Amino acid sequence: MRRAGRPHEETTDAKKDEEIVDTATVAPAGPRTDGISRRFFVSNLAGAAIAVTASPLLHGGATATVVETQEPAGTGESAGTIPVALNVNGQMHQLQIEPRVTLLDALRENLGMFGTKKGCDHGQCGACTVHVNGRRINSCLTFAVMHQEDKVTTVEGLATNGELHRVQAAFLEHDAFQCGYCTSGQIMSAVALLNEPCGASDDAIRECMSGNICRCGAYDNIVAAVRSARGSA
Amino acid sequence: MEAFQYSKAKSVNDAVTGLASNGAKLVAGGTTLIDLMKLNVERPATVIDINTLPLDRIEAQPDGGLKIGAMVRNSDLAHDAQVQKLYPVLSEALLSGASPQLRNMASTGGNLLQRTRCYYFRDTAYACNKREPGSGCPAIDGYNRIHAVLGGSEHCIATHPSDMCVAMMALDATIHVTGAAGERSIPITEFYLVPGSTPEHENVLRAGEVITHVTLPALADGAKSHYLKRRDRASYEFALASAAVIVEMSGRQIHRARIAMGGVGTKPWRSPEAEHALAGREANEKTFRSAADAALHGAVPRRNNGFKIELAKMTLVRALQIVTAA
Repeated sequence: MRRAGRPHEETTDAKKDEEIVDTATVAPAGPRTDGISRRFFVSNLAGAAIAVTASPLLHGGATATVVETQEPAGTGESAGTIPVALNVNGQMHQLQIEPRVTLLDALRENLGMFGTKKGCDHGQCGACTVHVNGRRINSCLTFAVMHQEDKVTTVEGLATNGELHRVQAAFLEHDAFQCGYCTSGQIMSAVALLNEPCGASDDAIRECMSGNICRCGAYDNIVAAVRSARGSA
Repeated sequence: MEAFQYSKAKSVNDAVTGLASNGAKLVAGGTTLIDLMKLNVERPATVIDINTLPLDRIEAQPDGGLKIGAMVRNSDLAHDAQVQKLYPVLSEALLSGASPQLRNMASTGGNLLQRTRCYYFRDTAYACNKREPGSGCPAIDGYNRIHAVLGGSEHCIATHPSDMCVAMMALDATIHVTGAAGERSIPITEFYLVPGSTPEHENVLRAGEVITHVTLPALADGAKSHYLKRRDRASYEFALASAAVIVEMSGRQIHRARIAMGGVGTKPWRSPEAEHALAGREANEKTFRSAADAALHGAVPRRNNGFKIELAKMTLVRALQIVTAA
């Protein structure tokens, strides 16, 4: 999907990328302020690869990904963009984005909040699960502009004062993941489930968690974690 | 995804006016529209957001029925106490569809207009008569395991994917719409069209009409209802076959039955043939089987979906066993 607001779209220079990454890393919206993040490392590898190969194909695809993640929030009024105000985890953010930017992409690409994952991008896997006004939804199937009056909660907003939410703690306790890619979506679903009409049995937990796919197959431990978190309320 | 103009409707009339412009689409839950926009199957020039319209109420009606606003979310409808009490078939159908996240998003009006999951419709690399009229149907001679055995034509065999609509079809729902020419009410049994030679026309909505609400008539005292769905996995999957059944019994005799099938038809499939085979008969295996045979009479199997005929029959028989169990 093509996205909005790309002032550095044509950038392929690795050093330039690095400078932009620095800006994003220290931006208030960015979740990481300590040392070199995995994102930083991967972005720079990708940038370097593009600079070396300079393939026209890569230029259109991979470059866009690299550059977009480094765009500081709220800058660059490209054609077709509109101002969008988002309340995420209690903090207001002013963005200048196209209406076609999904809530998922706004969180990741514009706000630098990478806790919410992009899996299928079509509402089939649940990796992008966030809460809107306390209800879980797939953030890939909704536009950011549709949520200006809403309160969005992401996995970054669950812990309070450095203490993990009991569902997060239960996932750690029960080793409820393998590769971890689906985990933030699983956790957001499990937290929502605590306040939903869901039966007490493990089968009910499986049904209520069925919107989150785990390709590693950590389901037994996920069910155990959810059971445990519900019991410790 | 292509760029579009975004606007927010402040009233139903706002939405109706907005829809008058070329290439405008309404977005409610977004679970169908935005998915298809990402695939470039839908390319609206304007997207009108109707999420703040005051159409999100479920109201009891004086006649014992229910009025459901078009913006009521699938999860709220499924868990509504009145729906669970009066229309178990509807609650069960909703809860068998999609995932908790998607049900929190998807609206009643949007579900009524849900598009097919046909692989070829969803992939613009292929021809599709529904997407590009006259371009051809690769499903008919292609891979058609999920496709329809009832209501198809040589132009289209795409299955209607909704569970909610199957229940509403059995419940004799009425769909209420507002357009430039005013309001009108359409029985759901007359709302959907079979593809024939114009698969691009899926329902009788006129250009610019907005669904505002759905009404359900009261069921007869003592009527029982049930929804049963068969699919490739236990949850979060579209139906290969499903049955919505409503029966009124006198002792062990079926006084009246209303039957609709999902996963097998090009539209949510009401079966007067099955209903006729059940009316006045004793509730037993033989009666159920004859109703199932009647429901699937005339079904046309294709290369990969022939199994659906027997699966649908077994699904209907099992649903009737459950709903008539003492």
